[in-house]
Amino acid sequence: MTDITSQTKAALAAIAAATSLDALEAERLETLGKKGWVSLALKTLGGMSPEERTAAAPAIQSARASIADALDAKKGALEAAALEEQLARETVDLTLPAVAAPKGSVHPVSQVMDELAEIFADLGFAVATGPEIEDDWHNFTALNMDETHPARAMHDTFYFPDKTGEGREILLRTHTSPVQIRSMLAQGAPIRIIAPGRVYRSDSDATHTPMFHQVEGLVIDKDIHLGHLKWTLETFFKAFFEREDITLRLRPSYFPFTEPSVEVDVGYSTEGGRRVVGGHGDAPGHAWMELGGSGMVNARVLEFAGLDPAEWQGFAFGLGIDRIAMLKYGMNDLRAFFDGDPRWLAHYGFSPFDQPTLSAGVGAKA
Amino acid sequence: MKFSLTWLKDYLETTATVTEICDALNAIGLEVEGVEDPAEKLAGFRIAHVLTAARHPDADKLQVLTVDTGDGAPLQVVCGAPNARAGMKGVLGLPGATVPANGMVLRKSAIRGVESNGMMCSTRELELGDDHDGIIELPDDAPVGTAFADYHGSDPVIEVAVTPNRPDCMGVYGIARDLAAKGLGTLKPIAIPTFSTSRAIPGAIRTDDPEGCPAFYGRVIAGVKNGPSPDWLQARLKSAGQRPISLLVDLTNYLMLGYGRPAHVYDMAKLQGAVVARRAKDGEQVLALNEKTYTLDAEMVVIADDVQVHDIAGIMGGEHSGVSESTTDVLLEIAYFDPARIGATGRKLGLSSDARTRFERGVDPEFLDAGLDLLTGLIVELAGGTPSEVMRAGSPPSDPKVVAFDPGLTLRLGGVEVPEGEQKRILESLGFAVGADWQVTCPLRRHDIEGPADLVEEVVRIHGLDKVESVALPRAEGVARPTATPQQKLERGLRRAAAASGLNEAVTWSFLPEWAAQHFASDQPLWVLANPISEDLKAMRPSLLPGLLMAAKRNADRGAASSRLFEIGRRYFRSPDGLSDEKPTLGIVLAGEKTPRGWQQGKAKPFDAFDAKALALQLLEAAGAPVANLMVMGEAGPQFHPRPSATPRLGPKVVLARFGMVHPATLKAFDADGPIAAVELFLDAIPAKKGAAFARPGFTPPALQAVTRDFAFLVPASLAAGDLVRAVQGADKASITVVRVFDVFAGQGVPEGHKSVAVEVTLQPGDVSFKDAELKAIAEKVVAAAAKLGGELRG
Repeated sequence: MTDITSQTKAALAAIAAATSLDALEAERLETLGKKGWVSLALKTLGGMSPEERTAAAPAIQSARASIADALDAKKGALEAAALEEQLARETVDLTLPAVAAPKGSVHPVSQVMDELAEIFADLGFAVATGPEIEDDWHNFTALNMDETHPARAMHDTFYFPDKTGEGREILLRTHTSPVQIRSMLAQGAPIRIIAPGRVYRSDSDATHTPMFHQVEGLVIDKDIHLGHLKWTLETFFKAFFEREDITLRLRPSYFPFTEPSVEVDVGYSTEGGRRVVGGHGDAPGHAWMELGGSGMVNARVLEFAGLDPAEWQGFAFGLGIDRIAMLKYGMNDLRAFFDGDPRWLAHYGFSPFDQPTLSAGVGAKA
Repeated sequence: MKFSLTWLKDYLETTATVTEICDALNAIGLEVEGVEDPAEKLAGFRIAHVLTAARHPDADKLQVLTVDTGDGAPLQVVCGAPNARAGMKGVLGLPGATVPANGMVLRKSAIRGVESNGMMCSTRELELGDDHDGIIELPDDAPVGTAFADYHGSDPVIEVAVTPNRPDCMGVYGIARDLAAKGLGTLKPIAIPTFSTSRAIPGAIRTDDPEGCPAFYGRVIAGVKNGPSPDWLQARLKSAGQRPISLLVDLTNYLMLGYGRPAHVYDMAKLQGAVVARRAKDGEQVLALNEKTYTLDAEMVVIADDVQVHDIAGIMGGEHSGVSESTTDVLLEIAYFDPARIGATGRKLGLSSDARTRFERGVDPEFLDAGLDLLTGLIVELAGGTPSEVMRAGSPPSDPKVVAFDPGLTLRLGGVEVPEGEQKRILESLGFAVGADWQVTCPLRRHDIEGPADLVEEVVRIHGLDKVESVALPRAEGVARPTATPQQKLERGLRRAAAASGLNEAVTWSFLPEWAAQHFASDQPLWVLANPISEDLKAMRPSLLPGLLMAAKRNADRGAASSRLFEIGRRYFRSPDGLSDEKPTLGIVLAGEKTPRGWQQGKAKPFDAFDAKALALQLLEAAGAPVANLMVMGEAGPQFHPRPSATPRLGPKVVLARFGMVHPATLKAFDADGPIAAVELFLDAIPAKKGAAFARPGFTPPALQAVTRDFAFLVPASLAAGDLVRAVQGADKASITVVRVFDVFAGQGVPEGHKSVAVEVTLQPGDVSFKDAELKAIAEKVVAAAAKLGGELRG
């Protein structure tokens, strides 16, 4: 009896003293291994009488259990220490730079076009397109500017030497308005469209580039009037600039393709050298800024587009996309839009995940 | 158009302020572009009397003045002008006033220790002249204490933009008429002067071109004396930005600017025979008043005598018969020309003038006699002479347009309710005659009125557009319907996919230098502008790559390490009928460093063709193209390096994209440093998804796990890995799901002219696991398939 007790005590001491997994394994073989003394002692139980076995077994079982527990515990402790030691060796200087994935961007013009599409979709407008290389019938004549019309000369038109089969002049569209004609001819009425796209005029200075972007709006129905035009533009600008204090001023003007024709001004103030849209233009510290032309579609234009002016009427408007993009997002040089400088594109461009939605707000804040 | 307030008040009885007038002009569609108010500029400057002048105690050139400013105690002012002296009257700027010439705000100050309460001013300081030798000296009767602006007769000048439909407002009188209609005052009637006349000269004038010049009225005035114009006339012309020339010329300008009525005066001494309106002869020449010679053609109307052309009708007079100081007998011309022909002539000659602007937009056909009498009366009054009777050749249009108007249209189209009585008042105040049945007769000067909508515009603009209330557009029930077309959705999706791949979206010019466009041209002729703004923006792009290459070059020149640019836009081609064929396209240029040098990755790496390939396939997939079924072929175009370039195709003919390395010759042409990788996706070639639905097919993963087997083949070096992969894939279509190249090696151990290509083949069992014999059979089929391409299994 005392033999087992002292042997156990010695084994536990040896386990506790083991400093490596190898030493521990040696001790395990010594005790619980096939030829270890605990295993041998257990075997002796088989040859004993039941009485002897009842007397001897508890001590042997208890020795086996305590040694096994001690081996497990020591093994765990040694492994943890070894891992600790390994981790301590595996240091990395994480202040070193990681390789950065390049960050892409969406051009402000595209972003604003997506915003336009989103806002106007909610008002029931589809997005229409048309060719940029146009003929003079769609760009001028059908918009009530015949060959002799003085307004034609004011458009600074780019011409090609080519002519269409019908002998029409071929040119770069000077506005998005020919899309009105094409859309009405193709779809008839009623119709609600916007037509964003590139337009071209032979003009170049700090605020004009020979290529720029416009969006056309067109609503034709039975009883559309100037009040609807005003509401539509007000509603659009409120949604676009995400502010309620947008104030529009309509001024009589002249465009051959609308009658009555209306120039649209918006009230703004100047904050930190920058124009901020909002407020009444006549309020202190405020002024009016021209945003675009609009009006009720001229009866002649409706006729050219195959609609009966006695039955249909509606409004059209045109806005500069680059200009409203600049007003909203703070760019000040139009020419930089078309330069492809990655610094500018990263500065004024948008994350691909800034997809305009009505629920999140169409605008993307810096 | 510019005019002074005084000139406006010649025609409009009004007490309105300049601000009220400007607000009204804006409100009725005569946009105010600027107001120059000298009174504002001269605010704070008043007439002062110098009472005493004494030497400054500390400065030789300065004097200390006491000046009477009309109220309060006299002020002490230090002055450096040599002509300052006791007893004189001059102009004093009080503290707070801003000196117009330099923007300096005057302050009470001490000059060399002596208090000064303002500044005595020179003409230059007040921007009234160039004199700076001394201060302004006013006559003794100048009223002390009066604002100098009032004394000097400052007159605000208003500049308005007159839209091309309103030639009737290209004279101050027309503007006054519009303002009177708006309620800003009362329009004064035009006083036609009376004078006695001598007999007309029969046959002196005629029109031989009744279409181009329907009416030519004239009058001879004998014995005039030309010279400088009186001050009132000069002041008016100056306010309009016109330089006074001589009385006779100034008076015709006065008629034009005041009443919108161009006229011309010929020196009778320079004329021979009858003066005739006729078509020019082809090649006929005239030296115009701008000292340039113009060559005319038979489409143009001229005024000529027996010898030569004296006037490009309605546009510019001739130098030869212009009036001079010595002119004594004159012929006045007031004509009506066909507006369209004037415009065409002016455009063809590239010649603009104030007269042309008015004639081509349409002058008042009812104002020939009155205009002639006004001009005659003024000449007789100011230059003397004896006028003849009026001579009239032809007659101007005289049939007024009558519009059947429904006053209810104002609400239906204009969106504002205006009482019928007010509508009638507005129209009548603008010169329309409103019949009892609302038949509206238009004044002939209103060439712009075509129908009822124009009358709505007249009513609404005078009534006030600000009274139009916003009305919501009718809205379809429920949530707004999607409106984007498949093409629009494709472009939007691709744009964001490309940006998410690390590319910056650029917008480059649609037009290119012709050489750059030519370098990327197809077999079609380019669209080349006839009148480009510069040689750099001349030919429409046949590819998006040249614009992006040029941007990448600019970036490199600015020191950018890399450019990862993409653009979505159109390429411009020709359809078989000669019209525009614009193809939506996505272009990508990858230039400079793909990765910078780094502690992990070593040296900086340039972009390679596989960067281009990865983007091309990734974006094609985003566009919904069946990427797994595409053939990757060559022929990316001569702008690409012939080897590392390719064209993914749907079948052998439908090219969806091209990608690869830019050809060294292209780099040279664009003066760009390579290597540069490029991609172009032809969005119009990508097939739209057919019959797509929201619900997807059920998810049925295979029940058994796939197994992989590796094969390494020795193949001819020229064999495309893709061909080997396709062959292996086809060896057992039922079992082989994926074939992936994982190693390509040439060199030691590989015979010359060969390479080793190792592929991992994934085999997917069906309902039962593969048996060894089956795997062996598949392996044999794989080896056989490779053997057909000259591949040999490596041991």
